[in-house]
Amino acid sequence: MTDTPRLSSHGAPGTTGFSQEPAIRVMNLTKEYPGGIRALEGISFDVPKGELTSVIGPSGCGKTTSLKIIAGLVEATSGEVVVNGTQVRGPGPERAFVFQEFALMPWATVLRNVAFGLELRGFGRKERESIAHEYIAKMNLTGFEDAYPHQLSGGMRQRVGLARAMAVDADILLMDEPFASVDEQIRRKFQEDLLRLLSEEKKSVLFVTHSIEEAVYVSDQIVILTRGPAQVSNVVRPGIDRTGDPQNIRRSSAYLDCVESIWVELRNYLEE
Amino acid sequence: MTLRGFRIPMVFSLVVWCAIWEIIGRLNLISLIPPFTDVVEALFEVIPSTDFIDATMITFQAFAIGMGLALVVGISVGILMGRIPAVGNLMGMWVNIFESSPLTAIVPALMAILGFGLPTMIVTVFLFSVWVIALDTQVGVERVNPSLIEMGRSFGASNRALFSKIVFFAALPELLAGIRLGLIRGLKGVIIGQLLIAVIGMGYLFELYSRNFLMPEFWALLIILFGFAYIASEAVAYFERKVAFYATSR
Ligand SMILES: Nc1ncnc2c1ncn2[C@@H]1O[C@H](COP(=O)(O)OP(=O)(O)OP(=O)(O)O)[C@@H](O)[C@H]1O
Ligand SMILES: [Mg+2]
Repeated sequence: MTDTPRLSSHGAPGTTGFSQEPAIRVMNLTKEYPGGIRALEGISFDVPKGELTSVIGPSGCGKTTSLKIIAGLVEATSGEVVVNGTQVRGPGPERAFVFQEFALMPWATVLRNVAFGLELRGFGRKERESIAHEYIAKMNLTGFEDAYPHQLSGGMRQRVGLARAMAVDADILLMDEPFASVDEQIRRKFQEDLLRLLSEEKKSVLFVTHSIEEAVYVSDQIVILTRGPAQVSNVVRPGIDRTGDPQNIRRSSAYLDCVESIWVELRNYLEE
Repeated sequence: MTLRGFRIPMVFSLVVWCAIWEIIGRLNLISLIPPFTDVVEALFEVIPSTDFIDATMITFQAFAIGMGLALVVGISVGILMGRIPAVGNLMGMWVNIFESSPLTAIVPALMAILGFGLPTMIVTVFLFSVWVIALDTQVGVERVNPSLIEMGRSFGASNRALFSKIVFFAALPELLAGIRLGLIRGLKGVIIGQLLIAVIGMGYLFELYSRNFLMPEFWALLIILFGFAYIASEAVAYFERKVAFYATSR
């Protein structure tokens, strides 16, 4: 690797206790949209296998852009993304995307929406619907199989999007503010669900959020971006012990200190 | 419709208007308006007559062929205009001009080129209906939520699958509205064409009835055409209502 990501304090690739290659390696990405809007200014970081990495940064700094470049939906102006050792040139079956704005088909039922990734990948009706039923149950959507998206609440729609991404059984989940549209109580429940699901399914996750508390609570690693055009400001590993009661974790000093230090860092970009 | 808090069924308003028509007819005020009952009687004479059946056949043939062509061409052009900005820029202005121009003026020119038969009628139907279908299709395709396309691509959809599973359904509300308007204009086209040609189809019948002052027959024919136009547009509107729920929630 010639291109060492710009990292400070906590951990660089290879020093995180994972000797294997990362699930995603982002190297020196820049993005300039047509019209001269610069969204990314050379960002580099790794997403270790089997971990949850969050991306956090000021609004409009380029979080969605970097996630879409990793997904192969948007082309980078320069730099590259390597997923499981191969350079990304477009979308691939090993990655699944959860959209900030859900992206559900309003003319299709919950069942068809959840099964749609499988449908596009050529699964037969019986097979894809039985897989979809499984994830509908995991996402607590049982009973809504035949409902249409406009009949669901924002939180339920987001769960349909999550179930659709989980159903294709990709190794890597790319999630763009998946819990942004739900209120705080449900949000916490989702975070628990996500953690439980990840421990069951062993996936690598890249998770965009604008909530520091959420990032610290769910992440193994947090990538903090500067104000746009984004650069990596810092990469932090909260190292929170998540074995206990969620209430106690949120009151532990390790958790609170980590939230505070990220807040101090992000505040720089707000006040500038 | 409600009157002093009572709901009055639609049929009632129809009955009232028919009664007024009947009274005006019976009073013999205007020679153009025969009593409604005479018109109904004429309806039963006109429909089985060979004149009417021949006129219907040729009208329907012209309408069906012209509409078929307009649907295929209008939808394809609309999709290209919506999906490829260059095509949209190139064609947009022309389609808009033709969509809003008084095409009736072209029919005599068509007659001069294509003669007094079926081809002129087919082309007239086509020209009347194709533009609005293309424009509405374009609007529908342009309004497809870009994140649905990204969603499809993220799951590895081919261009073909993107189109048949996402773009088509997302554009369906506008597409159907375009088809409904196109049907109505096509029907106008076929009748106006025949009236101008005046030797075939319904145009010939209208000419015949009005020249011989057969007002009940004249009105009966008009009612039949109104009825057909209403049924055709309601049939499309039925499908429109089925997709209306997501037109607003895209
Ligand atoms: N398709 C596009 N064309 C032009 N500019 C774009 C496009 N998409 C995003 N941008 C710009 O790029 C910058 C980064 O946008 P992006 O959506 O990646 O930010 P974000 O961090 O996800 O924001 P948010 O927190 O609001 O979700 C913004 O200035 C935005 O205006
Ligand atoms: Mg975003």
